[in-house]
Amino acid sequence: MATIRETARVCKSKNAGPFELTIDVVFDNADIFNRVKATGVLCPDLFARLYNVPAEHVLFTPYDAAFAFKATFPRLVPAGEFGDTDVYGCQQHAPLLDVDLPI
Amino acid sequence: MTKEIRLLSTSAILGYGFPEASLKAGMARNPDMIGVDGGSVDPGPHYLGSGKPFCSPIAIRRDLKLMLHAAIAAKIPLVIGTCGGAGGEPHLQLVADMARDIAREDGLHFKMALIHAEQSKDEIRRRNAAGRIRGLAHQPNLTDAVIDRSSRIVGMMGPEPFIEALDNGAQVVLAGRGSDPAPWAAAAIRAQLPPAPAWYAGKMLECGATPSIPKGHDCLFVTVREDHVECEPTNPARRCTPLSIANHSLHENASPIHHIEPGGMLDTSACRFDAVSDRAVRISGMTWNPATQYTVKLEGVELAGYRAICVAGTRDPLLIGRLDNFLDSVRAEVATKAANFGATPDTYQLGIRVYGRDGVMGVREPVCDSLGHELGFVIEVVHRDSQEMAGAVLGMARANMLHTDFPGRLCREGNMAFPFSPSDIDVGPVYRFSVYHVAEVDNPTELFPIEYETV
Repeated sequence: MATIRETARVCKSKNAGPFELTIDVVFDNADIFNRVKATGVLCPDLFARLYNVPAEHVLFTPYDAAFAFKATFPRLVPAGEFGDTDVYGCQQHAPLLDVDLPI
Repeated sequence: MTKEIRLLSTSAILGYGFPEASLKAGMARNPDMIGVDGGSVDPGPHYLGSGKPFCSPIAIRRDLKLMLHAAIAAKIPLVIGTCGGAGGEPHLQLVADMARDIAREDGLHFKMALIHAEQSKDEIRRRNAAGRIRGLAHQPNLTDAVIDRSSRIVGMMGPEPFIEALDNGAQVVLAGRGSDPAPWAAAAIRAQLPPAPAWYAGKMLECGATPSIPKGHDCLFVTVREDHVECEPTNPARRCTPLSIANHSLHENASPIHHIEPGGMLDTSACRFDAVSDRAVRISGMTWNPATQYTVKLEGVELAGYRAICVAGTRDPLLIGRLDNFLDSVRAEVATKAANFGATPDTYQLGIRVYGRDGVMGVREPVCDSLGHELGFVIEVVHRDSQEMAGAVLGMARANMLHTDFPGRLCREGNMAFPFSPSDIDVGPVYRFSVYHVAEVDNPTELFPIEYETV
């Protein structure tokens, strides 16, 4: 077992427009990427559970050419609206860091 | 000879700064155009609403002056999209005035085009009534009431208005809100290159040297040819690698492979990334799928009230141990006392952000069993009608955070450490996004009038 924090090259979040948040997990090379992909751990359900959104609201795309996985889902509150905690959305990645990858 | 165009971007946003040496190194490679993206929707609704620039005028002027001198000396166009951060009329005029001032002071002469992107409410109402506007990201249909309430609405132009301005001989093109890659895509399409590499080049250039490592605000040089794009940072301290370039496709997009733009969709799923040196990367295999209907994204904001805030902290373990009850007591006190001076609960929102607990993630915070030895608070009031009333309610909230009693309290002189005097800050008008839609248009330039002047 290894955590995303130990395995990934990049784990980051950002706005994708004012209403959506997008999270990227990027690996160093095709070998690690394919092993992670084969575990099936990174999937819409994972993001749904960690971020408390319905799985059908998660757009999940593996991007083989960049050894990356991307998940996009609605923000809690539109950027800059009352109650927003993170206008750029760039500090919402932490719950992923300790996810275990059985590779 | 192979058809190509050579493009130089100075940074991710006009006003972020770049090393002058990087601009010189880029100019030494004889670019056909230099430019920079001026803004983004990312900093939130404030800038579009207030008309203020995202970067300081001082920082914008520094970048603009260097770029104007470089472009005029090399007799090439300088193109800037989304001027002033949000690309509304005040943002465009701020940068245009600056360009005129710099030209006057430094004796520069050029033909300048201003491409306007701010939309009239009448025009948006008319298009909406014709059923030609629809919501993005699950936004409801526009109504006349939402349009009327909006503080400002801009359209996001594609490459076509830039092409028109360049075709008409403008050497300096300043534009309101545009799709970030549009100025670059325009230059490449105008050079008879296909849309797929043209848009891909724009995607790289819009962020300056961001697709390189180490990442930083700096210049990027891109050569666009028939079937590929080559990227190289001009600062020798940075390099583009196949991975740094591939990863940039992930940036701020819902999908890493489907990039929706005015007029079509750039598909990067079959891209190949090949190192051509240890600092340059060639990207090929991108495709462009034209849309059957050309659409222009609309962004608009409305006034949501007036904000006042206060920063405070506690180091008291007894208070931290019963925080939720304490905050409930404070809220109850504020509700009563604010109502006594006319601020009824329906006229304001009181937020108490707790840093050290869930200040960054709110209800999405998974860690709920650990509180630090100290906690930071940002107390916030947004009042619907006035700054004065926001300040009055905030003052009441601050006083009650400081003095409200709680069972077992030992710190009877005060619960909060305030780092500043005064403790309360008027933040000003607060805006929220109200329009995030697309409009179907018959002509890509019809929402974006162009004015020309000789400077």
